[in-house]
Amino acid sequence: MTSIETHLPTDVSASTPTIATWLTTADHKKVGRLFIGTSFVGLVVGLVLAILVTFERINADSYQILSDNSVPQVLAAVRLLLTFGTVVPLLLGLAIAVVPLQLGARSNAFPRLAAAGFWTWLTGLGLALAAIIGNGGPNGGNSNLVDLYLSGSIVLGFGVLMAATSIAVSVLTTRAPGMGILRAPLFTWSSLVGSLALILTMPVLIGTTVYVYVDHRYARAGFGGNTGVNQWIGWALSQPFSLLLAIPALGIVLDVVPTIGRTRLAQRSVAFGAVGVVAISALATVTQTSITLPWEGAKFLDNAGTKIADLLPFLLLNVVPVLGLLGVLGLSLLTLKSSKLVISAPLTFVLIGLLGILLGAAAHIVGLVQDAGLIGSIYEAGVYVPITFGAITIAFGGICYWGPKLWGRSIPDKAATPLALLALLAIGLDSLPYYVAGFADQPTGLVNGFAYSGPQDLWNALTCAGFVVMLLASIAFVGLALKSFTSGEAAGNDPWDGTSLEWATSSPPPTENFAGVIVVNSATPLADMKSASSKGKVA
Amino acid sequence: MLALPPASQPAARRQVFVGTAVAGAAGFMLIGGMMATWLKFRADAPVRESLKRGFIKDWMPDKIVVPEIAANMMLLGLFVICIMAQWAVYSAKRNDRTHTGLALGVTALLALASINAQIAIWTQMGVGANDGAFHSMFYAATGTMTALILSGFVYTAVAAFRYLGGRTKEVELVSAHALYWYFLTAAFCAVWFVIYVQK
Repeated sequence: MTSIETHLPTDVSASTPTIATWLTTADHKKVGRLFIGTSFVGLVVGLVLAILVTFERINADSYQILSDNSVPQVLAAVRLLLTFGTVVPLLLGLAIAVVPLQLGARSNAFPRLAAAGFWTWLTGLGLALAAIIGNGGPNGGNSNLVDLYLSGSIVLGFGVLMAATSIAVSVLTTRAPGMGILRAPLFTWSSLVGSLALILTMPVLIGTTVYVYVDHRYARAGFGGNTGVNQWIGWALSQPFSLLLAIPALGIVLDVVPTIGRTRLAQRSVAFGAVGVVAISALATVTQTSITLPWEGAKFLDNAGTKIADLLPFLLLNVVPVLGLLGVLGLSLLTLKSSKLVISAPLTFVLIGLLGILLGAAAHIVGLVQDAGLIGSIYEAGVYVPITFGAITIAFGGICYWGPKLWGRSIPDKAATPLALLALLAIGLDSLPYYVAGFADQPTGLVNGFAYSGPQDLWNALTCAGFVVMLLASIAFVGLALKSFTSGEAAGNDPWDGTSLEWATSSPPPTENFAGVIVVNSATPLADMKSASSKGKVA
Repeated sequence: MLALPPASQPAARRQVFVGTAVAGAAGFMLIGGMMATWLKFRADAPVRESLKRGFIKDWMPDKIVVPEIAANMMLLGLFVICIMAQWAVYSAKRNDRTHTGLALGVTALLALASINAQIAIWTQMGVGANDGAFHSMFYAATGTMTALILSGFVYTAVAAFRYLGGRTKEVELVSAHALYWYFLTAAFCAVWFVIYVQK
């Protein structure tokens, strides 16, 4: 039995300066919080840049702030920051911090790999953003900085891979005795599925980026130079990849709903299947790129055989993930139906976020029907943004839910719940107007020089307002979380009367999480312990 | 009365082995994705008349000669590495320190020989990465594969260092190391067939 990097040494934080502790830590709770904290910065900066872009679109006749050269750079920065600067680190961070606690483990697998993953990811993101700032992103004018953008993307990809590997191996190898995979909490399951999806897709992105880098640096013969960058690696910044990244968020929904509802999750095994279905289909879609449907509605019955042949992969790869999402929503509602409904911030955040993801994924199906004429239109942003905002909103719910465990203090429900409603407003404003504008043929990737019939200024003003609302909600949430976690009310060890193992230890947990080994006999081990304890008292 | 200290954490389930399998899968996807892109470029290339072989895809320039002997030796070397790595596992399980060390040493030597063969291929071909799409993709794909083989060499060095340093109970690390070489050999099989045979 090899015994490397499975356990961390005892805490040395007390004898070293705070900054050094954070820089050198391999404690999964600290690494998770580093990911989460950094993602907040990415979110705020990404939203500010998105506001700039959407503000420019309001008046399509001339530039107000940006210029021809800066538009592709800012567009790339927005997608990079919202995807790899926010959604990925937010969900990875939550998983790294929470999953070992849910597993009853003293640490995550390969803790130093996870820590190295954070710093590698941060370095790659920093290099890519520095390149974009210097006119080196996709379509950038500075060749050396385009190379820097590509190499930064490769480094970033390796960082994500390292963190995902640590999560996947943790779930596969460090579960408490008796905890089969079907007894693991749903967030643990969705984190495993999401991590494996990243492990299988990120190398493809890295490999393609290596090709583009070498070609751009030396030959510029096969990959279109600087203008070909997005054509080859842009798929990682759009749907269906965005849905793949959101998979861990589904587990947050399925953990929060029964705990807040003080009941057991309805049809638990179906929930495992629903998350798996979304993952498998989304993974297949990513590797085969988008499967579109050449329907030719006017000739409905012509070439029926060909149409069925087109329809089958289309249904499998694009419709089945939505069925999985509907399954998650249905199970959540079924669980809430049998519970005493209590409005709380985590529940509100996760349900609103799930609706956002569902809206985006359903819109994606319509967008791929060629007859609708939406491919290449701004409609594509209306698919990407609600999925991304939905995943972020669910992660906010996860922070409200698990924050007390990680920081030892609670976020007040009354202050946080309205922010979830603001997120709902932002999702609505950043999807519905995009759909209308998309059907009116507003092109994607442009902020200027387009015209179509209808109030195009209004649609673009509404989307701008949506990003402003999301920015305000995000800043308010971060401020509230910072205030609550530094000087808020002490949370207690089990503030939600939970049933999984993370609530069985103190808040915040000690360095090695648990004092002893917990043997698991069901999917709700803490509920079993509470039940046994109450029976003992009665006896 | 003093309480007893808490029980130790149960042994993780073959963590290094599982981690290596995950890393190997990622490496295989890396090479698989690159080979898929290579094949797409090759398939999309127009047809032209070759001086030697009639009508062919206008993909690899006629003047380029790929040194196939070195590529074949590289493939053969990787197969032998798998046998050596498995020999190390066999010996380690029997607590045979001498043969484990010998097997890991030969593995490392052959890994270096494979890297040397790749450098020989680049040198003998005598083309630059800036000569065209084929050239840049050739260097990108084979360079990535070489980097993976280098990572295998480092893995071998770490396994040998730990095992020969006295941790003779760490059979799992030696097994995981062998698994990694299996993954690398499978990946190189794809590279060999797509780049050196199909071209």
